Amino acid sequence: MPRKVIEASTAVAEAVKFCKPAVIPMYPITPQTHIVERISEFINDGDLDSEMIHVESEHSALSAAIGSSATGVRTYTATASQGLALMHEVLFVASGMRLPIVMNVANRALSAPINIWNDHSDSMAARDSSWIQLYVESAQEAFDTTIQAFKIAENKKVLLPIMVCLDGFTLSHVYEPVDLPQQSKVNGYLPKYKPSNILDVKKPVSLGPIGYPDSFMHFKKAQQDAMDNALKIIKKSNSEFKTRFKRSYGNGLIETYNLKGAKFAIVCAGSICGTTRVAVDELRKQGIKVGLIKIKCFRPFPKEDIIAACKKLTGVAVIDRAVSFGFEGPMFTDLKAAIFNEKKKPLIHSFIAGLGGRDVTKNDMLTIFKKISKTKKPITEWLLD
Amino acid sequence: MRKIKKKTTTKSIKPVKKIKSKPKKKQELKISVGAAVLTPGSSIKHKTGDWRSMYPDWDKKKCTQCMACWMYCPDDSIPVKNKKRIETDLDFCKGCGICAKECIFGAIEMKKEKK
Amino acid sequence: MAEIKEIRIHGRGGQGAVTYAQLLAISSFYEGFETQAFPKFGVERRGAPVEAYCRISKKTINLRSQVYNPEIIVVLDSSLLESIDICKGMQSGGILIVNTSKKLPNEYHTHKVFTVDASHIALEIFKKDIVNTAMLGAYASVTKELSLKSIFKALEERFKRRPDLIEKNKRAVSAVYHLIQ
Repeated sequence: MPRKVIEASTAVAEAVKFCKPAVIPMYPITPQTHIVERISEFINDGDLDSEMIHVESEHSALSAAIGSSATGVRTYTATASQGLALMHEVLFVASGMRLPIVMNVANRALSAPINIWNDHSDSMAARDSSWIQLYVESAQEAFDTTIQAFKIAENKKVLLPIMVCLDGFTLSHVYEPVDLPQQSKVNGYLPKYKPSNILDVKKPVSLGPIGYPDSFMHFKKAQQDAMDNALKIIKKSNSEFKTRFKRSYGNGLIETYNLKGAKFAIVCAGSICGTTRVAVDELRKQGIKVGLIKIKCFRPFPKEDIIAACKKLTGVAVIDRAVSFGFEGPMFTDLKAAIFNEKKKPLIHSFIAGLGGRDVTKNDMLTIFKKISKTKKPITEWLLD
Repeated sequence: MRKIKKKTTTKSIKPVKKIKSKPKKKQELKISVGAAVLTPGSSIKHKTGDWRSMYPDWDKKKCTQCMACWMYCPDDSIPVKNKKRIETDLDFCKGCGICAKECIFGAIEMKKEKK
Repeated sequence: MAEIKEIRIHGRGGQGAVTYAQLLAISSFYEGFETQAFPKFGVERRGAPVEAYCRISKKTINLRSQVYNPEIIVVLDSSLLESIDICKGMQSGGILIVNTSKKLPNEYHTHKVFTVDASHIALEIFKKDIVNTAMLGAYASVTKELSLKSIFKALEERFKRRPDLIEKNKRAVSAVYHLIQ
């Protein structure tokens, strides 16, 4: 199939079509709406044979997804912002029950004040829910990662739900060329989902029972182990995708760009990575050695890969599009923690940028590079102008 | 009430010691993925009627077999055989007293457990 | 051509400025370019000023910030000239394409100005003043970087669900394309 100019939301819907989930409970919310619309069209046109459940809220959407996934069928949903916040308590049920639900999050700020535009505060607030979190940069990556997500989630060593986060509007509403593969190619990559413990009247089981203090911790440890396994499985899924589709995103966990010989680097996630690439290119042309570390997988946090990437750097600027109020940017915290015990480590700076749809430009990135290359003290700054 | 509270606070260390002295279960606890219970109907082994303080005493003679108690019992503890109710299943009855309250013939009386 | 050509489209809610940007991205892609189109993210209302953007390049487009210094500005509704600063951030030597039957005031002539009465053509063909596709013809004939063939291909793809609109839109595009030439 050829490359086509389509909206990133359409690319996500196309990916879902290729993966053929049996049940899709969804509740529309800006800026995820176009994903729901496209999937509805596919079902209406007979291109996708899925049951779409029209629910009354996001809380119900994920609850229905849990019920569906528990019966052993591939299940998909999507949401954003307040919708993800409303799902919050159910997020933990999905991951605790180890159900491989795939969900796209069209990242948007949380109220108040009301704001429909892009930042990462919605998914960052859900980072401890034991969902795998993957952030994407382009429409193509949104398409590819959504397909990979089913493979990762359904792996027997993982069995955890996944959020594929794409920036609302800034990416979700962008039209750009996307390579759409043949269905057979996707079938070869993503085998039919074979569940193990499912709700079946012929072979009854109980799912979601009480966990007493003597066993509860064991279940939580198993979840943590599954997250550790996910690191390997995500890498593997990325490399297998590369052999079949000739596309890959770093090692699947992080992607480094022009890091060779670089003294300074920006660490960020999502669509602003693209803008950072442009800034890096411009500075490299001037002979200034800078690079980019793109965090694609935020949970599980790719600690070892981060350590390796930071080893030869003198300064790193972490750009967070969310704040853990009362402390700092969540990615900044995690990055520092990851390299804390290393003997040789760069100076790490924190920049909070692009909250609530505030544009992050190439010039912003150039300014950040300039600032971190001139200082010997750690910078903490909000890009307000 | 006060006395009880004092007792529990002063003796609060002892029970912990007791638990410690108990032989530990095997460290390797076999757990299923996602806490799934894979043996069907296993709850039958878990008798839930042991915390009951009152039990329903059924007077067979006064009973008209109207089945109101069977209908109201929230725990399915009134077994029915050949379309007639039989003795209450005290393995699972929690002594809530709903059956006694609903029986208009006075055939069920809540009585103190003898334990 | 600069490494990335940036285009800004002005219209009013309901006139199809966003569709214009999408069609421009799709058709320029068929011309062999890498493209990117997106609306000004906001709360859309019918009749309110709307902006949409397009980036066209020979190389992969990584830039994902908004468009601030467009090379080309397309105006679908000339009444906007009086209410907003249409040429804001325009690159020097930029191109301004306006749908109007009148001559633009002198202040605009520091840019390369092209005017066409696309409304007249739209009213004739659609019986409605929706000029977005017609103005695509104007872009093609002004820049010479887009062929009618590619636009037609894009129209067929975009209006797949409304085949009745394809022929009419093709006529509108060609009419304006030849009018400007």
